[in-house]
Amino acid sequence: MRAFVFALMLVLPGLTVLPAASRAQEAVARFGEGDTPLLLRSTTDIAIIRPVIERFAQLRPELGITYEQWGSNALYARSRADCREGGTSADAVFSSAVQQMVALVNAACAHSHQSPATQALPESRRWRDELWGVTTEPAVIVYNRRALAGGAVPRSRFALLDAIRARPERFRGRIATYDIAASGLGYLFAYSDSLEATTFGALMESFARVDAVATCCSAEIIEGVAQGRFVVAYNVLGSYVANAARPEVGVILPEDYTLILSRSYMIPRGARQKAYAAELLDFLLSAEAQALLSEAGLITSTDAAETALAPSVRRFIPLSPALLVALDRNRRAILLKFWAETFREPSVP
Amino acid sequence: MVRPRSLTGRVLGAVLAILLLGGLLVAGSTWWNGRQAARQAYDRILLGAASDIAESIRIQNGAPLVDLPVSAFELLAQAPQDRVHYTVTGPGGSLITGLDGAGPVAPPSRGGASPRFFDARMDGEAARFVRVTRRFVERDFSGPVDVTVGQTLRARQAMTAELMLDALLPMAVAGLALMVIAWIVIRSALHPLKALSRDLARRDPNDLTPIATDRLPRELQLMLGAMNRFMGRLDGQVETMRNLISDTAHQLRTPVAAIRVQAEIAATEAEGATRGRALDRLLGRTRSLGQLLDQLLSRALVIHRTDSAQRVAVDLREVALEIVERDDHALIAPGVEIRLLIGEEPVIVRADAFSLGEAARNLLGNAIRHGLPPVSIGTERRGDRAILWVQDAGPGPAPAVTARLGERFNRNAGSRESSAGLGLSIVRSVAAAFDGAVEMTPLEGGFRAALVLPLAEEGK
Repeated sequence: MRAFVFALMLVLPGLTVLPAASRAQEAVARFGEGDTPLLLRSTTDIAIIRPVIERFAQLRPELGITYEQWGSNALYARSRADCREGGTSADAVFSSAVQQMVALVNAACAHSHQSPATQALPESRRWRDELWGVTTEPAVIVYNRRALAGGAVPRSRFALLDAIRARPERFRGRIATYDIAASGLGYLFAYSDSLEATTFGALMESFARVDAVATCCSAEIIEGVAQGRFVVAYNVLGSYVANAARPEVGVILPEDYTLILSRSYMIPRGARQKAYAAELLDFLLSAEAQALLSEAGLITSTDAAETALAPSVRRFIPLSPALLVALDRNRRAILLKFWAETFREPSVP
Repeated sequence: MVRPRSLTGRVLGAVLAILLLGGLLVAGSTWWNGRQAARQAYDRILLGAASDIAESIRIQNGAPLVDLPVSAFELLAQAPQDRVHYTVTGPGGSLITGLDGAGPVAPPSRGGASPRFFDARMDGEAARFVRVTRRFVERDFSGPVDVTVGQTLRARQAMTAELMLDALLPMAVAGLALMVIAWIVIRSALHPLKALSRDLARRDPNDLTPIATDRLPRELQLMLGAMNRFMGRLDGQVETMRNLISDTAHQLRTPVAAIRVQAEIAATEAEGATRGRALDRLLGRTRSLGQLLDQLLSRALVIHRTDSAQRVAVDLREVALEIVERDDHALIAPGVEIRLLIGEEPVIVRADAFSLGEAARNLLGNAIRHGLPPVSIGTERRGDRAILWVQDAGPGPAPAVTARLGERFNRNAGSRESSAGLGLSIVRSVAAAFDGAVEMTPLEGGFRAALVLPLAEEGK
């Protein structure tokens, strides 16, 4: 079992919601024509974040920004190797796999930076002044508007459980969630769920009973829901739903609790352009960039007025050493085992 | 020239030095205490986390498996800014689980009971570790499993600093308050000194009256008392000097005028007999002027010495004996017999021998000049009094003279130049200086003048 997990972590570089690619570096884009190179490695799709980086390149014409899009596990492995062996380090790393970022900071791989913008962040979104959560993206339940409407829409996990229990046939084979063995983000959500509530066990059990589908990728899941192949998808990253822009897809912020992920930004210790990397961070935290990120769907306002989400049900996944538990090999093995036992016949191709 | 340091500055400097030294000592000790407290507090957290992890180990299929508890890390997150380390190793140091990619940290040496705390580096940063060992004895697995948990020191340092500041800030405020109080106290304590200096600066140079010492601190009263005594002596001497000058001028005016008259007569008188008479008178006047000068000088000397000379034990018999032996009176009255009447016992007084001698000489001189022979000088003890007396067979001075005795000089214009007045005034001065008196006693068939002094106890 342990060997299996080990192999998963090393061999599958794209343990992310993005389509897996065999190359470590999935895409590269250049912004700005300046002479000072700035290398940014990120897990975020270039297409999504392009307006934000373009704006920064306008503000800093002296920079020639190279934006490399990576799979989260490959990015983690590369950053750790850079930190340990002093390779060509990126000037900034921006990843949704926050547990890996916490591990990097914990391994003393990060450079410290303080500014009014970083100090304004809440405690749960910064750690040691070396890691900062830039975005807010909820884990949502999405559903097909045609299949579920009005009172039938489950607003919380309990409602979903009750719905499945009441009409199992309707949901059989039509509930989707990330395969946590294949998706780093799915694993992080499942891990956080396992900490948050005892409903996690009940939910897994229900999913198993109705032959829920554990699959790999956000795009695939959202497309499936839009087409009506899936009625409900559980724990989908809200930003991808927003970017998919499918009117058939309804979004639920679960009312019992909603996990909120904050993509995190780090300046590696070996960065050559630490000052510019820090400026990019301050820019990303500025009102202008936050507005752009919001347009890109990377910031979902969780204010009660807009989403009817009470502050008490927001569960930020905090940037803290406790996330190291998520990376622990034994712990991971136990969770994966539980998962595998629940989804005896995983639908992963 | 270097300006002398002020008393205020000195005392304040000393107080400041004491406070600084005390502050340093206290700061050191609070730092140490704070460090110990922080170390204990966070060591407990570390141990709690390690124990949590050790508790979560279970044996599955013959191998230890760690269901890493989040609570352990939430405990460690009590130090939110610190990096953490954990490893769980089985027998022989085989890794069961641990921080991804981090090398194992070993305690400095083997031995010691579990839990063992130790200091080591974590990725180049100082950190504190604990190792907890759990021993398994089960059918399919037995042996020790070591849980090592570590944490960097930021929270400990922050807590130490906070504890130290909490302790030191009130102390710093107290120190400041003490400085201010010390300054006020010193200023008020030194205030009389300042007032005194001001008074002295304003004082008239001729004003030698004592300075008021009431309401002054005891230390200053001591100093001022000494100064007042000094000024008193100075005042006395100035007074004496003034008297001497005026006496001398007064005494000398008449004889010098008489000498001039006699000399003029002698110069204008052509005839031998008259001229011879005038020259004779001139000679007599000159001699008596010399004697007067002697007396004036002797008096000045006596007054000076009674003020300043040290008092020693003097035997009055020796004073009398010396007078008789020196035989000065032979010049005044040759052929007069002087009788010496002294006893076997010493008659000791505490006084100045020279002044006593002058007094005795003047008494004797008066007796020879104004009294009738036989003249005798003697000493005797009467109770606690020591007496030096001179006696003659004459009737003594007129009662009017006796009554005015002791005035500075009592020579009226009609009396002879070599008067008894000045001599008696010397005697009187000596008597006063040594706490004694002058007694004039008419006797049957004579007159006795005596200097009565307190008898000194033998051996003292």
